[in-house]
Amino acid sequence: MDEVATKPRDGLGHRLRTAASASQIDTRLLAMLGAVAAIWIFFQIASGGIFLSPRNIYNLSVQTSVTAILATGMVLIIVSRNIDLSVGSLLAFLGILGGFVQTELLPLEGTHSWWISMVVMVAVGCAAGGAQGWLIARFAIPAFVVTLGGLMFWRGAGWLFTKGRTVTPLDSTYSVVGGGSIGETWSWIVGLIGFGAITAITLWNRRRRKALDFGVKPMALDVAIIAAAGVLIAAFVMTMNAYTFPRSEAGRGIPVPVLILIVVACVMIYVANMTRFGRYIYGYGGNPEAAQLAGVNTRRVVIASFALIGGLTALGAMISTARLNAAPLSIGQLLELQVIAAAVIGGTSLSGGVGTIVGALIGAVLMQSLQNGMVLLGVQSAPQQMIMAGVLIFAVWFDVIYQKRRV
Amino acid sequence: MQMKPIVEMHNIYKRFGGIHAVEDMSLDLYPGEVVGLLGHNGAGKSTFIKMLSGAYQVDSGTIRIDGKEVQIENPSVAKELGIETIYQTLALADNLDTAANIFFGREILTRFGALDEPAMEHAAMKVMKRLNPQFRKFKDPVINLSGGQRQSVAIARALQFNARIIIMDEPTAALGPHETQMVSDLIRALKREGIAIVMISHDLHDVFDLSDRISVMKNGRHVWTGSTDETDKDEVLQMVILGKLPDGSYAPGIVSTEDA
Repeated sequence: MDEVATKPRDGLGHRLRTAASASQIDTRLLAMLGAVAAIWIFFQIASGGIFLSPRNIYNLSVQTSVTAILATGMVLIIVSRNIDLSVGSLLAFLGILGGFVQTELLPLEGTHSWWISMVVMVAVGCAAGGAQGWLIARFAIPAFVVTLGGLMFWRGAGWLFTKGRTVTPLDSTYSVVGGGSIGETWSWIVGLIGFGAITAITLWNRRRRKALDFGVKPMALDVAIIAAAGVLIAAFVMTMNAYTFPRSEAGRGIPVPVLILIVVACVMIYVANMTRFGRYIYGYGGNPEAAQLAGVNTRRVVIASFALIGGLTALGAMISTARLNAAPLSIGQLLELQVIAAAVIGGTSLSGGVGTIVGALIGAVLMQSLQNGMVLLGVQSAPQQMIMAGVLIFAVWFDVIYQKRRV
Repeated sequence: MQMKPIVEMHNIYKRFGGIHAVEDMSLDLYPGEVVGLLGHNGAGKSTFIKMLSGAYQVDSGTIRIDGKEVQIENPSVAKELGIETIYQTLALADNLDTAANIFFGREILTRFGALDEPAMEHAAMKVMKRLNPQFRKFKDPVINLSGGQRQSVAIARALQFNARIIIMDEPTAALGPHETQMVSDLIRALKREGIAIVMISHDLHDVFDLSDRISVMKNGRHVWTGSTDETDKDEVLQMVILGKLPDGSYAPGIVSTEDA
């Protein structure tokens, strides 16, 4: 009685969209992947084949990891109608704190120094984020203000620890987190586990939906998706393994920061889509009043989301400081804006309720690819920033158009 | 109505500071009937009904459900008693799909504590079938649904959890004629299932169309309750505006404004 309103529209775009929605493929994500592919091909040609070399892909993936890890948390923050401007400063603070713990509080190169400092960083990161979330949720102070305060506060707090000194060198085991990689064999094992997991989840979903008499995607499509995932995983592992150590045949394999990113991404995708917490984040972002009337403890949800991004910031701090083998006060400057930009380019709406983890990951890759490619082409840092600004605004403009046409 | 009432609200009082929002209001509700609660803005009908939905606490008076006295301390208690409220705004999360909205705050989880999406979608399809058999847009965020479809999602949320008493606040206020018709059909379907419905509305036409009984409030007080068949729109308007009963007298506590 109410399907009358939808008149058939016959444009090619509409038919494509209908086909895509029937096969449950996210057209927006496909468009973004297309954009990344186009950027890669452009830089590959413009750089004379350097951009897609194993060495550059390796570097690109390491460069992307910190922004991408934080962007997965930022998506949930923005989806629930908040913002976090403090992540760059908090990252610097946590890096200095970790360096302080492992070099001054505990014996340098002590057996347990590296992991104790990591635990301290994550715990303090969660607590710091949670405290900001508490101010926002309990006293209704806008997140913009609280985390702007955090932006100033945490870098200042970092200075107090060291009186401005850069903590260096750091523990050698700890440094593996930033500069290490897992070698060829383990890279293949990780790749196989990933492939197995994707296959198992797809099949399990099929079976579950069939058992409940739901429509399932055509088998061929599922097979194609699994195959595509397999090819991508194999290509990635082979690329990482093709980048060898200097004067050696041994491939480096997947870098540790990227491994951390993969684990974080899987966990965050699960949290966003398969847990009550994730559901409440999206529901609260869609309609805060509805969440309250549904009996959701919205205060707790907001606090938890900030504690979560605080914990992710600790991971980012580990990777950044371990890569440098130092914890300088200047680290993570303007990182918050990069992270927010990655989330927004990835389709996260600043008005709340809309955004995906996968989108933010692609957004982070897209931004880092541009930056990396421009460096390869010798573009100065000033025009680099101006171009990135253009990309950010273009991406959001594209999204506005896309959202309008979909309705 | 020979059955026993499912809800008995007797001699309810509610004050906000110095203002008596509800004074000595009583209302019974029987299974399978629709009661239209009428009154001006500020007559106290929303306040009165919010004490049933758990949003406010009574200052004095008793609420009985199935003859048993209850304290409805918050909306969760009300829901456990089978009282569901459909707000005028519908309180839907526009970005979530139908199943996610129906189960919002009461999700089905798997053994491992994850959301059980297929189970929720399955249940959502079942409950929507009762209300709106043509409905197909289960994958769409509810912002893409029509007003009537959104209303049926809100009602499905109540039905899914075995509501026996449904409170509807202005169910047709935001709808066009076609959608209003659809919601009217929904309300009749709920009645047939034996659900008791309190409907707050400004629309006399809807109230006369749908309700079995009408209860009128003015200045926080009870004016009149009776069968819809025994009265007409003019009488009801007199009661709503002036507090003047069908026999020409005034309800207790209501001062005649005609004589003043």
